[in-house]
Amino acid sequence: MTNSWTDIKNTDLVIVMGGNAAEAHPCGFKWVTEAKAHRGAKLIVVDPRYNRTASVSDFYAPIRPGSDIAFLMGVIRWCIENDKVQWDYVKNFTNASYLIKDEFGWSDGLFTGYDEEKRDYDKASWDYKIGDDGFAQVDTTLQDPRCVWNLLKAHVDVYTPEFVERICGTPKDKFLHICEMIGECSTPTKTMTSMYALGWTQHSKGSQNIRGMAMLQLILGNIGVRGGGMNALRGHSNIQGLTDIGLMSNLIPGYLNIPTEKETDWETYLSTRTFKPLRPNQTSYWQNYPNFMVSFMKAMWGDTATEENDWAYHYLPKLDVPNYDILRMFELMKHGQINYYFCQGFNPLLSFPNRGKVTDALSKLKMLVVMDPLETETAHFWENHGIHNDVDTASIQTEVLELPTTCFAEDEGALVNSGRWLQWHWPGATPPGEAKHDTWIMAQIWTRVRQLYLDEGGVFPDPIVNLNWEYADPGDPKADELAREMNGRALGTVYDPADPTKVLADPGKQLSSFGQLRADGSTMAGCWIYTGSWTEDGNMMARRDNNDPDSTGAYQNWAFSWPANRRILYNRASCDLQGKPWDPSRKLIEWTGEKWEGYDVPDIAPTAKPEDVGPFIMNPEGASRLFTRGMMRDGPFPIHMEPFESPIANVFNPKIKGNPVARVFADDAEDFATSEEFPLVATSYRLTEHFHYWTKHNPVNATLQPQFFVEISEELAAERGISLGGRVRVWSKRGEVWAKAVVTKRIRPLTVDGKTVHVVGIPLHWGFMGAAKKGFGPNSLTPFVGDANVETPEFKAFLVNIEPAAEEPVA
Amino acid sequence: MNIDLSRRGFLRLAGAGVAATSLGAMGFGEAEAAEAAHVRAFKLFTTTETRNTCPYCSVACGVIMYSRGDVKVGETAELIHLEGDADHPTNRGTLCPKGAALKDFVKAPTRLTMPRHRAPGASGFTEITWDEALDKIARALKDDRDQNMILTNEDGVPVNRWTTTGFLAASATTNETAWLTYKAVRSMGIVGFDNQARV
Repeated sequence: MTNSWTDIKNTDLVIVMGGNAAEAHPCGFKWVTEAKAHRGAKLIVVDPRYNRTASVSDFYAPIRPGSDIAFLMGVIRWCIENDKVQWDYVKNFTNASYLIKDEFGWSDGLFTGYDEEKRDYDKASWDYKIGDDGFAQVDTTLQDPRCVWNLLKAHVDVYTPEFVERICGTPKDKFLHICEMIGECSTPTKTMTSMYALGWTQHSKGSQNIRGMAMLQLILGNIGVRGGGMNALRGHSNIQGLTDIGLMSNLIPGYLNIPTEKETDWETYLSTRTFKPLRPNQTSYWQNYPNFMVSFMKAMWGDTATEENDWAYHYLPKLDVPNYDILRMFELMKHGQINYYFCQGFNPLLSFPNRGKVTDALSKLKMLVVMDPLETETAHFWENHGIHNDVDTASIQTEVLELPTTCFAEDEGALVNSGRWLQWHWPGATPPGEAKHDTWIMAQIWTRVRQLYLDEGGVFPDPIVNLNWEYADPGDPKADELAREMNGRALGTVYDPADPTKVLADPGKQLSSFGQLRADGSTMAGCWIYTGSWTEDGNMMARRDNNDPDSTGAYQNWAFSWPANRRILYNRASCDLQGKPWDPSRKLIEWTGEKWEGYDVPDIAPTAKPEDVGPFIMNPEGASRLFTRGMMRDGPFPIHMEPFESPIANVFNPKIKGNPVARVFADDAEDFATSEEFPLVATSYRLTEHFHYWTKHNPVNATLQPQFFVEISEELAAERGISLGGRVRVWSKRGEVWAKAVVTKRIRPLTVDGKTVHVVGIPLHWGFMGAAKKGFGPNSLTPFVGDANVETPEFKAFLVNIEPAAEEPVA
Repeated sequence: MNIDLSRRGFLRLAGAGVAATSLGAMGFGEAEAAEAAHVRAFKLFTTTETRNTCPYCSVACGVIMYSRGDVKVGETAELIHLEGDADHPTNRGTLCPKGAALKDFVKAPTRLTMPRHRAPGASGFTEITWDEALDKIARALKDDRDQNMILTNEDGVPVNRWTTTGFLAASATTNETAWLTYKAVRSMGIVGFDNQARV
């Protein structure tokens, strides 16, 4: 989230599209209710189902799963055509006026540079015209036909209300009503917030769905302001934290990158990360990359990381492919190329697509190690559970270790909520039996491996034996020790660069801000964006002052919000070019003539003059991007693409299947179905009574929602002879499931490109372990393909068929 | 009379029963004090209160756990009740149907209590000691790494990556677990490293 849960009360209009917050985030959704009750805010829901959020909305419209980009580009087109644009914001705070290279263009659903064989674009033309002064060229009058604004206008021209209706199945009058509601928020004193979740991410073009809304929010001037923002409602309690700390194939904590093998040395690695400003006076904050990176290397390898050995650069692995993401790992596993696999609190047998393939892959491992508080399906994948897990146990040669871990009630540390708040928690219960903390397990594994290297030698032991491990008990590091290490401390004396006689931190002292990090080895910090969370003043994440001066919703002294305890990202953009709030009744910060101050930590240097320095300091432009240059693989603007399994062809170009640059493994390409074989569109979702695959272990929740079901319309039920509560079989090209049928008015058939399209809703909470009745997850059916930029699997739009099935015998 | 009491402090005080002088100070007369003395103390008085946050979704509602025994002083503690934290700015004491049932998640019948091992082709798990399990893992990691670590690519560039072992991290473990996991996994050169944010 750019904003926080408590900030939602400041909004005038909530759009929930790509999520179902009332169902999945009920206690956060209360802030929508608060905005409706006390500000008169309105709520729009756009979703394939009339869901629980829709049931309390002011306006609902249906949409076909996987067609969101067409809808969003349609709204942008309407806003431009009807002059619903916050012009001062767009002209000054976005790249609308930047000129784009003459070679850039698009046709037949593709941008320039497409290489069909490589399934990739040559993105050279997707960039600014750079002048002789090294800066991007602009036309602030927006007259130049090559400026971003005019290209955007041309790009969205095709997305008329009629086109939206044809592609999305959303009736034109409903679409136009939503456009009008949204358009009202283009004034500086009205704000819309976007609340989305996995309904937007789990597509082969998920990143572009989100970009579409981000662009709309910029056009309306809704980023950086109270009650606005792009609010990703993260699924799990610490998905945010684990991403921040870089537990992904290609990441280093704080959104730094693991090098690729093309970056053969430290200098080359840094050369593409200098982030020289692209406009005069701009901050381009990523220029500090070396400070964060060297401090990370010092946190990892301490005294061994020196300037002479390029801070131990070659201790880091170098990637030969963009990602060894989970899909790639299961693909490799299926082909016998993975020997050992660890699942720490993760249940891939139910959460990764094409379960048949996942089972095959796990069966090829030498050993699977599962650390979890609960008996997961993954740890038990080799057990035969009849139709619910029909495997031949004896033939599965995988060794499995199932290790009991603690859960939240028994451990200590911080979780990062969706609003980037790091909140500390304390243990209040003794772990059951011999269950252990994950920190103990990881330390025990690592210290034992290290000991083997010390005793026996081996291949390249250096990064292991030299890893910094300064814990009082090396076999059991404590939460406070680890938290301090992530925050970082001075190793030498840290001086103020503006006044070299002024000492900012003495050696050994905890640092208070990432501005104190240095690239000369005098500081260390495991995760620079967390610097300030555990300072010499103590644990900022444990703060519990719930005062909120003037009820802004900021709660500045509650816990710690990264970065720098900032509650709303890009908050400089809440003020006009002179530094005065767009909406004085919703002041966040303002320019006093000398400095920025207000209710939040300014997202800009405190003395940066408003007319000189742009608000989007992480971008070398200082402006936000309506046109993303070459930063996304599938285009600088979002373009309509169909899901890999779709009821209709891509109307721009029937040759394009799915996302034309998404990675597809050979075996999986053959497993994609056509609508002739599988005519129904399916989508997955969750229920408020359950949390993923955990709560079916809880007898209370297993009683509230005991049994797997699928949801279909009355029309489809009549067509297929399915009755409410009857048993059905649902199958895709990859697998089959049996479920109870919920026949409902909540799902209605859509008319798409002249065809009737039925939607099947498939909730995701059942498996074969725990207290609930045995059932299935949608992943038994879904295709093995991910988003072109981040490889999030396409769970939200795929094809199935359905038929009545014989009732289960009553035992 | 000015006594600065929180709501919870008030309940504790008012329900304590035996604190007759305090009750007097609060304006209760003798009759009320005598009546109060008959009232059974709240069961939660004997418990330890601990602040925590819900482990499910990313709203991260504040919860208060009530336990018999105090972990902080080294006692064995049993969770007997859990409720929303009224002081928490986000949830203000509310919990959803999942959060409200958290105690039964902590005490789920399918919580794991012992390390277990399934041999190749075996039809069940057998219990194993932590030492056996951890030594087995360390041995496997060391041998697989020694055998499959890629030190340089075809061009002779150091790449130091290990692709034959992979690690999936969680979604609800603490930042501190995440950081320790990061250090352990990365220092070995594992690149097949991901967490649930990928889904």
